[in-house]
Amino acid sequence: MKRIVILGATSTMIQPLLRRMAADGKELLLVARSQERLDAVRSDLRARGAANVLTFEADLTASPDLVYSFAEQCFCDFDTLLLSYGTMLDQALCQADVEFAARELQTNLISAVVLLTVFARHFEQRRSGVIAGITSVAGDRGRRSNYVYGAAKGGLSIFLQGLRNRMCQYGVRVLTIKPGPVVTAMTADESNMPMIADSEKVARDIYDALESSNSDVIYTPRQWRWIMAMLKLVPERLFKRLPI
Amino acid sequence: MTTASTLPVREIVSDRSNGSKIERYQSWGRYPKAAHRNVSKIYWRDQLEEALRKAEPESLLAYGMGRSYGDSCLNSDRDLLDCKALNRILDCDWEAGRVCVEAGITLGDLLEVIVPRGWFMPVVPGTKFVTVGGAIANDIHGKNHHRAGTFGCHVKQITLHRSDTSPVVCSPATNSDLLQATIGGLGLTGVIGSAEIQLKRIAGNAIEVETLTFRDLNQFLDLSAASDQSHEYTVAWVDCLSRGGRGIFFRGSHAEKNVSCRSTKITVPFAFPEFGLNRPAVKLFNRAYFGLKARKPGSAVIHYDPFFFPLDSILNWNLLYGRRGLVQYQCVLPAGDAGAVKTIIEAVSKSGEACFLAVLKAFGEIQSPGLLSFPRPGLTLALDLPMRGNRTLALLSRLDELVLANGGALYPAKDARMSSTMFKSGFPNWASLVPYIDPKFSSSFWRRATAE
Repeated sequence: MKRIVILGATSTMIQPLLRRMAADGKELLLVARSQERLDAVRSDLRARGAANVLTFEADLTASPDLVYSFAEQCFCDFDTLLLSYGTMLDQALCQADVEFAARELQTNLISAVVLLTVFARHFEQRRSGVIAGITSVAGDRGRRSNYVYGAAKGGLSIFLQGLRNRMCQYGVRVLTIKPGPVVTAMTADESNMPMIADSEKVARDIYDALESSNSDVIYTPRQWRWIMAMLKLVPERLFKRLPI
Repeated sequence: MTTASTLPVREIVSDRSNGSKIERYQSWGRYPKAAHRNVSKIYWRDQLEEALRKAEPESLLAYGMGRSYGDSCLNSDRDLLDCKALNRILDCDWEAGRVCVEAGITLGDLLEVIVPRGWFMPVVPGTKFVTVGGAIANDIHGKNHHRAGTFGCHVKQITLHRSDTSPVVCSPATNSDLLQATIGGLGLTGVIGSAEIQLKRIAGNAIEVETLTFRDLNQFLDLSAASDQSHEYTVAWVDCLSRGGRGIFFRGSHAEKNVSCRSTKITVPFAFPEFGLNRPAVKLFNRAYFGLKARKPGSAVIHYDPFFFPLDSILNWNLLYGRRGLVQYQCVLPAGDAGAVKTIIEAVSKSGEACFLAVLKAFGEIQSPGLLSFPRPGLTLALDLPMRGNRTLALLSRLDELVLANGGALYPAKDARMSSTMFKSGFPNWASLVPYIDPKFSSSFWRRATAE
């Protein structure tokens, strides 16, 4: 991992991860919606040791081709792609107004599928590298409290799984990252979430998984793998009565 | 890498049992307890404008790492802006040693970036877990006050976000009055978005440190006067439970060497039971500590971290003081002779309170730039005491009288209880800050210390 494209570089969850990359002297292309925020992140990562930091201001839900051609032309031969953006709209809001439900799917699933499909071409030709996407433990099972977000992230997990199985033949690794709740802007109003993790811890796990040569699906913090495995075993008949 | 930024929020949680978010933001002494109405987390400077616009009059205060001991970082029953995520380095010039940073960055985080490049913070306090914004707002001092003055002396420029104007750039050349009000201004003049700091050149990460003992305060004064000439950093630990005021004197300077840092971090799992810090135990500790240092005085070359931040290796040592927390009492006595300090130490010694951290330092002559800066020429003494209710408060009131009688002042950043008379006599020009206070800002400390 030397040259990394980050789609959603101003996501608060990955800021410690970006600093880790910078301290290791990586080259980064940061893509996000606000140039002002990108500038702040860029100067910070440069000061912390990143070899090179490029930025590109774009609405990732709207202009996949622009992003792709910029990356190909200005940041050629990148070896890693990290898709890290997402939104978590309130479930009640999504139930009350279908516009919000549709937007949640558009942002977290459809635009991500489009971008990953476009960027997969690069890796197909390159015949090596890593494509990583951040989904969520919420995508492992639909819960009454968060199933629109869960459906989007679950869909993204399935998509990444399929992409992994296709890209395997080209020697490209696809990494699915499933964090539990993390202290970020996204969860700022829900600080009493159970087992909420620190973004430093999550950054370490993701960094290790990116640098490893064989990890496919990671849960971070790690215990979520077993919690979700057990949760998936609960029969639907029982699960539907659980107030979670 | 950035251990510092992992600490805060959870560090601040005091009562997990009641689970309420507003209870999470306390100060380092955990006394007095505050309950905030609303805490907004700020991740980007562009969010400040809306947060300031939405706020009610006298409702806001920026909060960083919460390392002030008392209530100067609290705003009970009102709102906080949690700004510690504003921790980016915005610009750096490694030739001139200038950095421009967002004010939520901690000194520890910044040191990890600048030290390998041959620079050091111009002034550091006793913990690296403070933000640059907090360092400016309290105009902090360090072991090199006699050489470098306060932190504020090295601030070249700040951008201040206020509710009544667009962001204001303040430097010694432009809006210098607002800069002076903000340095030592206890966060009341607005939110510091970014700050440009002049760093200090070093030739290695090591400090050459010398440890000496003294038998009484007169000996301390002689040592201090001589060492301030020869060393960049000087500070002393005084045994408050001994008569006469014996202690240990530390003096050091940057060395042209690099050494590795043993970083063992200990976390205190819960607030200790209060009987742990009783007087006999502390007396025993003090005697052992003094004995240990007295047995092998001498010099060593050590990493800067254990030299400047010895207590940081116990991440939340404040919990050692138990559920009711601790109070720190830091005064400055302008006379500079041992008499006043001696009476204070005797008063503590006689009181029966268990005080095992007492730090003594001679401030230098360099004028602090802030309107309400605490450091001034003289001796400063800082005592950590377990908070044991009225008994502790009564002792501190007795100390107040001694400080007042000697024309001294108390340090707001450490204070949880001084009267407004005490504050106003220590800072006679306190009212000159008022015109610069942002109309939407206030703090628990300010309301208490300026009450009629």
